Amino acid sequence: MIALLSSWALPVTLAGILVAGALRRVRVYDSFVAGATDGFSTAVSLIPQLVAMMVAVNVFRASGALSLLIHGLAPLLDRLRFPGELLPLALLRPISGSGSLALVTDLFKHAGPDSFVGRAASVMQGSTDTTLYVLTVYFGSVGVRRPRYAVKVGLLSDLASVIASVIAVRLLFP
Amino acid sequence: MMNIIWFGLFAVGLVVAAFTGRIDQVTEGVLGGAKDGVLVSFGLIGVISFWLGIMRIAEDAGLVDSLARLVSPFARWLYPSVPPDHPAMGALIANMSANILGLGNAATPLGLRAMRELETLNPGSDTASDAMCTLLALNTASLTLIPATVIGLRLEFHAKNPADIVGSTILATLVATAVAIWLDRHFRARSAAGGRRNRA
Repeated sequence: MIALLSSWALPVTLAGILVAGALRRVRVYDSFVAGATDGFSTAVSLIPQLVAMMVAVNVFRASGALSLLIHGLAPLLDRLRFPGELLPLALLRPISGSGSLALVTDLFKHAGPDSFVGRAASVMQGSTDTTLYVLTVYFGSVGVRRPRYAVKVGLLSDLASVIASVIAVRLLFP
Repeated sequence: MMNIIWFGLFAVGLVVAAFTGRIDQVTEGVLGGAKDGVLVSFGLIGVISFWLGIMRIAEDAGLVDSLARLVSPFARWLYPSVPPDHPAMGALIANMSANILGLGNAATPLGLRAMRELETLNPGSDTASDAMCTLLALNTASLTLIPATVIGLRLEFHAKNPADIVGSTILATLVATAVAIWLDRHFRARSAAGGRRNRA
């Protein structure tokens, strides 16, 4: 059922949008090119951030610091049945979108995209937004300096998303 | 924040490398990382451009407005402090519709417009209102339909079926959004109770 959803979600969304566009007499090709031009600059502006983070993540892994961290916390994480390799991603996901993308890349490189951690990392990256970025942009835009409980709610729901990601992948990819 | 983390990754890495003697691997990691950063971003250009192109068609077709009618009763339940005929409600509904459709690029400007409208209900205050906190809770959890960047990255690394994580992503995002809504209501009720106690 969920596997069906996975394989059909993209083509159905695509078809739905194209049909809706045609019915509403949108100049679909022109709209597409305008949006893709934006997408192109978004992707290109990602390069410096991803270079910065990939280098830092590589240094951290190559030096052995990453495995020290994972092994150091293994007793605790094992008890929680949480895979240690995903800990850095879980910590960085709410803080930086490009930083966590670099970590997902690193996991794909070392464990493969179809491994359990590769899949769980994919879900963690895709299922939530960069909480601190959103908070900064939204509150910054109207000069709110006291966010009350919004930070707590954002970070706790990120925790929920991490747990849900691991469980969802365990359930759906046995 | 990112400055500290970035510096910290290098500092800890270099100190550990000095002890473990893995300094050659670190050098290799620096050069390889710089190259990977560019290669990975380049590989993502196609998918991100394509997806944002499709998303623009959805925007131009007015799908956000079509969904608004369905979403509005739910929005009234989520934002009890906002009068239903206030312009803020319109912006909140539009932001929610864009998020549900996965139109991240359209959702942000709509969300910022909602923030400005909410500010008119709460003028001159530098403290977040209840409705602002709810808006933030929904947008930080952000419902995702198609995680295009992740699918593109999986494609680059030759996943057997790059899109096979879509179902689990939708499941996880639904759970996270439900938790965010529940937490927001919980803390709002608690802060209202605290306020009454203070006044009494």
